[in-house]
Amino acid sequence: MNPINTQQETQQEYDLRATDTLCLNESRLIHPWWYNLKYALAGIFFGILFVKAEIVSWFRIQEMFRLQSFHMYGVIGSAIAVGMLSIFLIKRFNIKTIHGEKVEFHPKQFNKGQIIGGLIFGLGWALTGACPGPLFAQIGTGATAVIITLLSAIAGTWVYGYFRDRLPH
Amino acid sequence: MLTEFFSNPWPWYIAGPLIGLTVPLLLLIGNKTFGISSSLRHICAACLPGNVSFFKYDWKKEIWNLFFVCGILLGGFLTLLVFPSQQTIAIHPQLAEDLAGYGITDYSSLVPTQLFSWESLFSARSLIMMVGGGFLVGFGTRYAGGCTSGHAISGISNLQWPSVVATICFMAGGFFMTHVILPIILAL
Repeated sequence: MNPINTQQETQQEYDLRATDTLCLNESRLIHPWWYNLKYALAGIFFGILFVKAEIVSWFRIQEMFRLQSFHMYGVIGSAIAVGMLSIFLIKRFNIKTIHGEKVEFHPKQFNKGQIIGGLIFGLGWALTGACPGPLFAQIGTGATAVIITLLSAIAGTWVYGYFRDRLPH
Repeated sequence: MLTEFFSNPWPWYIAGPLIGLTVPLLLLIGNKTFGISSSLRHICAACLPGNVSFFKYDWKKEIWNLFFVCGILLGGFLTLLVFPSQQTIAIHPQLAEDLAGYGITDYSSLVPTQLFSWESLFSARSLIMMVGGGFLVGFGTRYAGGCTSGHAISGISNLQWPSVVATICFMAGGFFMTHVILPIILAL
């Protein structure tokens, strides 16, 4: 295999992996596997937040869709505000990662999936009272039956992948 | 004082900004964009790629995402272990009244046990809500290219208008389900 082919294959693999995701930022650095534990720590922080703020509660999601509580709107709204400010600061001051790499942002292309898929996810969100993150947190809090919901969500993703080429985008 | 803070539910103005900080946290510790639903795809790619090209990529390059969601699960477990909530879930009186009409009266858990539990799994409404709901979440998030974290939080934070469209559709779908379809399912 000559190097040009390999480069092409790498690009193909990257493009496929980047399909229907928000964006991928690849580190050029090679780290030992246990460096990934920092993401597990970030996840633990996030999981605790999810549970303590009751975002994983089916009742809170119902209150949101019934306009009976400001809680979820406050959480999502203030999270966006802080995220927006952080990204602005990262771009403005060209803040690097802890490994000294430039933080990369990719524009998101519009396609019909964001409308059709968005509506489908919305239906599921109100049924399960959980987006994908809370599903994991709910299982952690001992609601083991939610494993069924998670397995079904994985199946849903698989079926989407299977029919992807035949769906409008 | 501190123990009280940890045993009570946190208000939105504490939890929301901390969730927002996850965006720069992941960017700065490894150039990763905050998003969770992709983990479902990586699980497919790792366990059951079949002959589907959508799953034929090197999932190990995205393994950080699986570490992240395992952390979320562990975080849920730790919360229960270290600072469990003392009281039952406070819910809006109107919601309580509506749910009581469908026989849902147990607020001891964040997940209503009368709907989501092994015992109720084989009742029609729980089966629809758990299996059907889960399927819609998995299918819809990937079709939309992200979920609440990827689109609503990461995407809008980065001023991506397709993410605004997606978020509006999430909400529209949720309102439609809650007010039109869910009453029928709950009555089953």
